[in-house]
Amino acid sequence: MSRYTAITDADLQAMLATIGVSSLQELFDRQIPDAVRLQRPLDLPDGQTEQAVYEHLRELAARNVSAEDELCFLGGGMYDHYVPALVDMLTERSEFLTPYTPYQPEISQGGLQVMFEYQTAISELTGLPVSNASTYEGPSAVAAAAYLAKLHNGRSRIVISAGLHPHTIETLRTYAHGYGMNVVEVPLASTAAQAGVTDAEAWAAAIAEGEGRTSAAIFAQPNFYGAVEDAEALAGAAKRAGGEHAPVVVCQVDPITLGVLRDPGSCGVDVAVGEGQPLGNRLDFGGPSFGLFAAREEYMRRMPGRIAGETTDVDGRRGFVLTLQTREQHIRREKATSNICTAQALNALAGVVYLSWLGRRGIVELGELLLARTHYARELLTALEGVSAMHEQPVVREFALRLDADVAAVRARCIAAGVNPGVDLHALSGREEDRGGLLVAITERRTRAHIDRLAEALGAAIAAERRAAVPA
Amino acid sequence: MIDENHLHGDPGIDVHPHHHPASAEGASPLQRDPARTIFQKGAPGRSAFQCPETEVPAVDLERLLPARLRREQPPRLPEVSEPEIVRHYVGISKRNFDLDSGFYPLGSCTMKHNPRLHERAAALPGHARLHPLQDGASAQGALELMWNLQQALAEISGLPHVSLQPSAGSHGELAGVLVTRAYHEDRGEQRHKVLTPDTAHGTNPATVTMAGLEVVKLATDEHGGIDLDDLRAKADEDVACLMLTNPNTLGVFDANIVEIAEIVHGVGATLYYDGANLNAVMGLSRPGDMGFDIVHFNLHKSFTQPHGGGGPGSGPIAVSERVAPYLPVPTVARREGSRGDGLPAFELDFGEGAAGSKSIGRLRGFHGNYGCFVRSYAYIRSLGGDGLRDASEAAVLNANYLRARLRQEGAGSVAEHLPLAYGDLCMHEFVLSGGPMKRALGIKTLDLAKRLLDYGFHPPTVYFPLLVDEALMVEPTETETRETLDAFAHAIGAILAEAAEDPAIAADAPYTTPVRRLDEVAAAKSPVIREAL
Repeated sequence: MSRYTAITDADLQAMLATIGVSSLQELFDRQIPDAVRLQRPLDLPDGQTEQAVYEHLRELAARNVSAEDELCFLGGGMYDHYVPALVDMLTERSEFLTPYTPYQPEISQGGLQVMFEYQTAISELTGLPVSNASTYEGPSAVAAAAYLAKLHNGRSRIVISAGLHPHTIETLRTYAHGYGMNVVEVPLASTAAQAGVTDAEAWAAAIAEGEGRTSAAIFAQPNFYGAVEDAEALAGAAKRAGGEHAPVVVCQVDPITLGVLRDPGSCGVDVAVGEGQPLGNRLDFGGPSFGLFAAREEYMRRMPGRIAGETTDVDGRRGFVLTLQTREQHIRREKATSNICTAQALNALAGVVYLSWLGRRGIVELGELLLARTHYARELLTALEGVSAMHEQPVVREFALRLDADVAAVRARCIAAGVNPGVDLHALSGREEDRGGLLVAITERRTRAHIDRLAEALGAAIAAERRAAVPA
Repeated sequence: MIDENHLHGDPGIDVHPHHHPASAEGASPLQRDPARTIFQKGAPGRSAFQCPETEVPAVDLERLLPARLRREQPPRLPEVSEPEIVRHYVGISKRNFDLDSGFYPLGSCTMKHNPRLHERAAALPGHARLHPLQDGASAQGALELMWNLQQALAEISGLPHVSLQPSAGSHGELAGVLVTRAYHEDRGEQRHKVLTPDTAHGTNPATVTMAGLEVVKLATDEHGGIDLDDLRAKADEDVACLMLTNPNTLGVFDANIVEIAEIVHGVGATLYYDGANLNAVMGLSRPGDMGFDIVHFNLHKSFTQPHGGGGPGSGPIAVSERVAPYLPVPTVARREGSRGDGLPAFELDFGEGAAGSKSIGRLRGFHGNYGCFVRSYAYIRSLGGDGLRDASEAAVLNANYLRARLRQEGAGSVAEHLPLAYGDLCMHEFVLSGGPMKRALGIKTLDLAKRLLDYGFHPPTVYFPLLVDEALMVEPTETETRETLDAFAHAIGAILAEAAEDPAIAADAPYTTPVRRLDEVAAAKSPVIREAL
């Protein structure tokens, strides 16, 4: 029985009489052919009381090891940053939690203003003048940027850096097949000085080889291995290599680094996209979060998803509406710039509340804290026997190590000691060159004492593994 | 009578059901406060954030990050204290109407009650702070929950294979159309057409284009279903798929569904079910039994994930055996007895086996919107199979009652001015035409919708579906009381009665909202989409 309905027997009889049918049965018999009626109950567990369902969900939660239960250095796309209490308090408010997309602006000014503020914050962060109100999440935002490029220049070739997250590359390939576009991957540099970042020469060459057919050129900042790319050099090289047919330059950026890293706009990037989770969103085992999407003005009318705009009402009061709707599926149908309807409004609210909480000064302070602690961790860990840096590039919050021992076994030993040391790079990417790789993320929740404990656990685990690996 | 629909405690919204334009001058002064964004508040140097101690030895910034890679000027984010942030967002929240405050009969959106239990369960650290790259052995609770949800959705839809990955309904549509495309390509066929009825949600044709296929429209017959002659004429070997919503956006269950499936399958195409309207048929009729090959679910509709003012959503898909090899990855698999203690283990399945290699791949990072899975799974466990059927029955009962109640209002004048567009009964929603109202009373559907705001109701979906003149699409859902439905019917009657006296009342509405009618044309013409700083 559904406890959320309210129809009493008396209601039922009165309602059937008003409708003019004798029974519920008749209501369905007259509409659904017998041949497609389900003639049995659904084979699902019986409904339960609220209390019982809570206990079941609590038991399932208890069988997961969360960042609350172990010292977690996992990153690789989502990060255990601190989420301030006021984010929970505001996102749980009925007025934000339970409305639909703001189709009636006169009674949706709260949500629309949040979108407008969010767009302003993302625009400031990325140094690009226009932002939409959110896309689903990081990797699919990259795919949406490729569609924007296709609509903008009608070309079919996408050049990407191998520094993109493997999930981003896989997602992009799935979408590109639909778009009728092909993806060309540029490797990371192999010279010692450039190891860890995109091979700038190969990048320019791959774009030039397209002979004017390259629609978009996409790189990540920082990249999958934590390395800070020279974004200005990559954007400039892409534009020069494309010449008159320059591609749309897309940067997948981690927004929490933008207090210290140069903004994509000032680097010559056309479209900045990224995973918004670090900004005030939970880990939630991978979602929901939000994807940010910002661009230069010339791309405004090809942006995907919702955009809030400012206007006035009949009395001249300032107000907000969903705008540029002629881009959208409910108006443009098969000619829409994307199919997005429901996006991530509540997650974007968490994002803008978080950015307001950090503020102008805080985003820089936090960035500098991450730089310092991450540097400390990298120095400490690479000093361990059997550990080396995968690259020497600057890093902000994450870095890649190479272990001279079996990564899975080392991780298992650390986890047994209560420390999850990071992501097994090869297990995630499947790339041969990632064998032995460990990706370590340092958020502000990981103190110096935590990092010291990681070093101790990792050192001990590697030593034990190396002993175990020596034939008796 | 409509107390529950007032915007409680809101100084900016003063609901007077009979507010006349002449008295608009007397509105609350707070209501006229100009909207100020968070960027217009605070003061230089103010901050809510207290940075933790660095704790580690200081290193020259230039060594950590060379100047050419470093940002020169900090982004101009707000400079505000924590109390200011709270006041600001609590304040603007009160300029929002929401489901917890009142009736929200937005057609095709299924605005049913969002139980708070779900928020509590999803916030448990074992769910909320679980990292997506946590080892499978350390995420057995999460993987079991996902597997259980897959099983439940398979049973509800009658289609055995489920991927939870898509992030929303339209994302599920894209997954489904790409699956269809992969299926045909695997058979060496380049089918390029997708049939969509003219009643389809806008996401259907938008998705088809993104998937590299071409939209072919199907006509609607006099009963509100697909015109079978048109379907027969257009169903050929170039057709990859027919995308259908059943019941459709007119609230009509297409009684020819078996024949439609035969025609579509007869030319080798797939049949796609847009699950936006699944709330009408849970436990009563299953897409798989109707002959559909692919269905997407909107967990944020039928399965009550709160809509959040425009997301998050979640759009899992379920498919038949025929197209199962092409499902997006990863899915969750159950391995019997593999844990050593005789209990099953759950793991992510990336489909690297022979069959799985045909997968269309990923559509996003990680495994889908898990936080939404927790909520919708809690809902399914709360209701059980019988409860889901009860919910659908009550949704259809409520819709028919409201439809019938409206016919009684104003001694039949509402029925005359707002006739049902198609059919006599309806499923979970119905569509009225405001055409006669416009001609007889001089007010448009938009005016009726705006006047409803003064009465404390969220209006129905308006001007959709496109084939109905001045459409008004009403979906009350199962969680509303009879009293609320009566109050809404009464409000419609009252607005039409007002209009008969003076159409300007509705034409100039609303009067009592935080802002009145907004100039959308100006907003689109010279877009201002961020605060100038």
